[in-house]
Amino acid sequence: MLTKRIIPCLDVMDGRVVKGTNFINLRDAGSAVELAERYYAEGADELVFLDITASVEKRKTLLNLVIEVADVIRIPFTVGGGITEIGDIEKLLNAGAEKISLNSSIVNNPKLISEASKQFGSQAVVAAIDIKDINGVHKVFIKGGREETKLIGLDWCKEVVDLGAGEILLTSMDKDGTKEGFDLEFLKKLTDSVSVPVIASGGAGNKEHFLKAFSIANVDACLAASLFHYKELEIKELKEYLKNNNVEVRV
Amino acid sequence: MITIIDYGLGNIRAFVNVYKRLNITVKIAKTKDDLDNVSKIILPGVGAFDHAINLLQNSGMREKLDEFVLQKEIPVIGICVGMQIMAESSEEGKLAGLGWFKTKVKKIDINNLNHKPYLPHMGWNIVNVKEEEVLFAGLEKEPRFYFLHSYCFSTDCRDTQIANSHYGQNFVSGLKKNNIYGIQFHPEKSHHNGVQILKNFALL
Repeated sequence: MLTKRIIPCLDVMDGRVVKGTNFINLRDAGSAVELAERYYAEGADELVFLDITASVEKRKTLLNLVIEVADVIRIPFTVGGGITEIGDIEKLLNAGAEKISLNSSIVNNPKLISEASKQFGSQAVVAAIDIKDINGVHKVFIKGGREETKLIGLDWCKEVVDLGAGEILLTSMDKDGTKEGFDLEFLKKLTDSVSVPVIASGGAGNKEHFLKAFSIANVDACLAASLFHYKELEIKELKEYLKNNNVEVRV
Repeated sequence: MITIIDYGLGNIRAFVNVYKRLNITVKIAKTKDDLDNVSKIILPGVGAFDHAINLLQNSGMREKLDEFVLQKEIPVIGICVGMQIMAESSEEGKLAGLGWFKTKVKKIDINNLNHKPYLPHMGWNIVNVKEEEVLFAGLEKEPRFYFLHSYCFSTDCRDTQIANSHYGQNFVSGLKKNNIYGIQFHPEKSHHNGVQILKNFALL
C-alpha cells in the first residue's frame, strides 16, 4: 500500500525561504538548503521549491539551488517558478530534481505540458494550479496569484491531465496562509474528476486539517509551508497522528 | 572503480551525491572509452523501455557492458528502468532488452486496485526483502522505498527473487542472478534505507 505524502513547500527568493499570507506580506524563514536538510532529516516524503519571484521578473529558476539541494537530500523534490521552455526543464531535471512544476507558462502555452511529458515522462510534470473563488466560481490565477485568467479551476485541472500532467498541485488562494484548513470541497471534486495524484495546498493549520484532506477529500499528498517553517507542527508528530487515525504514512 | 552508466536516462547526480557523502569514489561513463578500470556497474534509468534500450545502444557501451557482466561477471545493479532493460523484453516496448534476466517485463495489473489514481505506481511502498541477502543488510523492518513505474517483473519470473512488493498485485521489486542485481525502486531517492543499499552494493 502506498503511503500518503507530507510535502513541505519552500517558496524561495534569492536562496532564502519566504512566506506570506494570501500571496503577499512576505517574511524570511531561513536558508533554503538548510531548511531542506532539516525536512529531510525530519521525515518529509518529498519537497517542493517554488521560485515565487520568477514569473514576475522573468528570471530563470534557481539552477544552483537545485544543485545544492540535490547534494544534501535523498528524497524526491519538485522545482517550479518561471519555467517556460523545455530546455529549462531538462537542465533542472539533470541538476537533480525529480519533477518540475509548471504554472503561469502552461496557461499561456498549454503545449508545454504535452511536450514536457512526452520527453521526460508525465511523472516528471506537475501542474501547479492556483484557484480563487470569484463570485462563487473557482477561477485560475497566474503570476503568483497576481493575475486572474478566464479559466475555470476544475476544467483547467482536467485539461492539464489530458495534456499529460502527471500530478496536480492545487493551491487555494482563499485558504493560503489562513490556517483554516484545506479547501475540502474543491479538492474532493477534483480527486473525483482526475486520475492523477492530487497535492492539496493552502490552509493547513493543524493536524486535523491534514487528516480531513486525506480521509474526506481523498488527496494523495498535503503540502504546507509556514506551519513547518516556524515549527508550529513537526512532521514526525503529524505523521504519528495520521498513523493513529488509520492513514498510511511513512514513519 | 564503481562506474555509473550515463546513457542519458536517470538521475546520475543523485547517485554521485550519495557516494560522495559516503566517501566512496565513483566515476561516470558516457562512452565505451570511459569503461576501463570497472569494478562495479550501476545502470540507472527513468522513462520508457524502448527509449532506454535505444539510448544505451546509441551510447556505444552495450557490447562492453555485455562482456563485463556476462563474461567477467562484474557486479551490476539495474535501477528501475535500468532493471527492466536487463530483461528479454517488455510489454511497454517492441525492442529486445539486454536479456540478462530471462523474463519479460509486464504492465502492472490494476484491476485489483480499489482506489484512484492507478498508474504510475508512484510513492513510498513497502519492500519485503530476503533478509539473508547482503544487498539488503542493515535495513529497518518493513522498509519503505520510493517507487515510480508502470511496468514490473511478475512473481512467476525464474531468476532469484530477493524482494517483492505489492501494488494491485504482488510483483518482484528485487531480482538477482549471479553477479546481476535489479531493483525496481529508487534507492537514490529513498532516504537512509536507500543510502544503505547503495553502500551495501559498494561493499559487495
